[in-house]
Amino acid sequence: MKTYMPNKFIVEREADRCIQCQVCVNQCSFDAHYYDADDDEVRSLKENCVGCHRCVLFCPTKALNIRQTPLEYRENYNWRSEVIEDIIKQAETGGMLLTGMGNDKGQRVYWDHLVLNASQVTNPSIDPLREPMELTTYLGRKPDCVEVDPTCVLGTELAPQIKLDIPVMFSAMSYGAVSLNVQESLARAATEMGTMWNTGEGGLHPSLYKYGNNTIVQIASGRFGVHSEYMHAGRVVEIKIGQGAKPGIGGHLPGEKVSAEVSTTRMIPQGSDALSPAPQHDIYSIEDLSQLIYALKEATNYTKPISVKIAAVHNAAAIGSGMVRAGADIIVLDGLRGATGAAPKVIRDNVGIPIEMALGALDTRLRQEGIRNLASIVVAGGIRSSGDVAKAVALGADAVYIGTAALVALGCTVCQQCHTGKCAWGICTSDLALTKRINPEIGARRLVNLLRGWSLEIKDLLGGMGVNALESLRGNRLHLRAIGLSDTELDILGVRMVGD
Amino acid sequence: MIENKENSVAKIDAEGVLYKELNAQLREIASSDTEKVELHNVCGQRYIGSDLSKPLDIEIFGTPGNDLGAFMNGSRIFVHGNAQDCCGNTMNEGEIVIHGHGGDIMGLSARGGKIFVRDDVGYRAGIHMKEYQEKKPVLVIGGAAQDFVGEYMAGGVLVMLGLNHEEGQSYKAKYIGTGMHAGVIYLRGSVEDYQLGREVGVAELDENDHQVLERLVGEFSAHFDYQAGAILEQKFIKLFPRFLRPYGRLYAY
Repeated sequence: MKTYMPNKFIVEREADRCIQCQVCVNQCSFDAHYYDADDDEVRSLKENCVGCHRCVLFCPTKALNIRQTPLEYRENYNWRSEVIEDIIKQAETGGMLLTGMGNDKGQRVYWDHLVLNASQVTNPSIDPLREPMELTTYLGRKPDCVEVDPTCVLGTELAPQIKLDIPVMFSAMSYGAVSLNVQESLARAATEMGTMWNTGEGGLHPSLYKYGNNTIVQIASGRFGVHSEYMHAGRVVEIKIGQGAKPGIGGHLPGEKVSAEVSTTRMIPQGSDALSPAPQHDIYSIEDLSQLIYALKEATNYTKPISVKIAAVHNAAAIGSGMVRAGADIIVLDGLRGATGAAPKVIRDNVGIPIEMALGALDTRLRQEGIRNLASIVVAGGIRSSGDVAKAVALGADAVYIGTAALVALGCTVCQQCHTGKCAWGICTSDLALTKRINPEIGARRLVNLLRGWSLEIKDLLGGMGVNALESLRGNRLHLRAIGLSDTELDILGVRMVGD
Repeated sequence: MIENKENSVAKIDAEGVLYKELNAQLREIASSDTEKVELHNVCGQRYIGSDLSKPLDIEIFGTPGNDLGAFMNGSRIFVHGNAQDCCGNTMNEGEIVIHGHGGDIMGLSARGGKIFVRDDVGYRAGIHMKEYQEKKPVLVIGGAAQDFVGEYMAGGVLVMLGLNHEEGQSYKAKYIGTGMHAGVIYLRGSVEDYQLGREVGVAELDENDHQVLERLVGEFSAHFDYQAGAILEQKFIKLFPRFLRPYGRLYAY
């Protein structure tokens, strides 16, 4: 039986501009362009185009243009083309739909319903260009009180703390999901900007050990590449329970992506499937989580904060409270819009809750229970700009993780083809011909630029609010007001309506 | 408390000592010349043998707690008593010998090293054991394991001997080797088809299997005073992963 699958994109080639140079043929990893030797002409196969725009960027004569195909079915709000095509794909294959990046559906983005305050008349705003502004953030467990003796010596023993110059860290992206050049770009940028990058669960490549001081090493259910040297290499050890893009499920890195190099960091044979089980099999309860947290504290001799990352789900606040009591020094919540290298589409688009609500609820809960100081809160999943960062901090976050935003800085156009392993930008692939497209030096510079820009913007926002330290904004929800939200939403966020 | 250090053997009376303190003492010992330590009156202290700067021989009298030898990298632990859950969690190298029973998820995610258990173990023993280059974890269970033994196995060798079965009794575990995609299980005696995971096949042992088995049963017998020959007299079966990609056909593209 034949089924109809309309093209997603139209590839336009301006004949009078195209010089048959084949740059587009070489750049496209999805075979949307080809050279016809018989006719000595470069042609396109629009059915293969994923809309990543790599060819448009590289075409030396600007002969190419990619446009979205207009909807070809009869218009129907319920039975949109995506819905119809998903059913066709499944009818043909009998499989689960796989996708990449974060949820692209229209669930409410609460950041867009929140606005920040500024000082007018009754208190002065501060000019960050001429006055010192403080973004320094310390992650880790804080004591209930500190004792200082008369000679100003701290008498209280502090738990290990991580100093961040900017409260924006790079999310966990494992080697195997992204290329080594991407990881090196992240590691270099984190080192230069005084923040952290995260190995993900694929181990740490030997060439990146030198960035250990700015590295968070992750331990997930597959325990890939986890050994003594690895745990000692990073500043923070992070237990990954869940991920915003795929709460509650494990991961399958197919054998063909386990190259010789990936095999050395994951410490599994080349070409073997890396299957991460859905749960960590030593964690079936808060008590078990506590056991692993302290196993890692013992294994690192109490020198490193232990972070625990969960996907933001319905009872995230209560679970978070349990995590703090289990001994986590840092709690990471990854929201509904968190991205991934590959996840079943049904999970990515339907499971989990928006990070803003999870954050509001968790911060409130920990304050009510008087344990907010015992752990730092880091949020991830859809942080797009410095405005989002500032709002997250005002809602109670100590720092944020960015994943997609960092990849966009490296060239990603969010075409959602990560799961194919063919990323034309050389980001989410292990194809050596493609991974060369990221130069770690240039990549690091672009990431540094992004963080520098955000840091200037956050300082501007702070100055406008009349505060000179991020600490003064942290959890200070009076600096936020909401637009167009219901009473229940306002209540959970702990934010008042605009004008109120 | 370290009682004496004659002949480079340290002794610690662990009675009433919390695990944090006990492990701190072990770390201190590991940083000295001492190569062997005896822990007496151990009662539930966790994480023994984790993160030592150099491999030690640790003799434990009593019942060590969960995560015995977690992330261990070369030490040898001898338990005169029973071990609890998560023993050998993500072990990289070393040896754990248990003169008694073991708890659940014995050898979880181990990448290397050897674990010998004289008697029975709990659920999900050997789950997600791996192997890498010359590293190949070994788990030998003298008695029987509970359900999901060898689950998700991605490498290594798991041997189950059923030595404490009474006449006519056999293994009760179900879902044996479910999700297994590498490694091998040798089982003394036999099991019914319904006890096996879907991903597991049954085969006769070949010459190479016999060599591996003889070596491991030999080591097991030496630890626990068994006659290896007598153990090996009974027929073994070999369980192997039928698919290297058990979950290859899940996705639409």
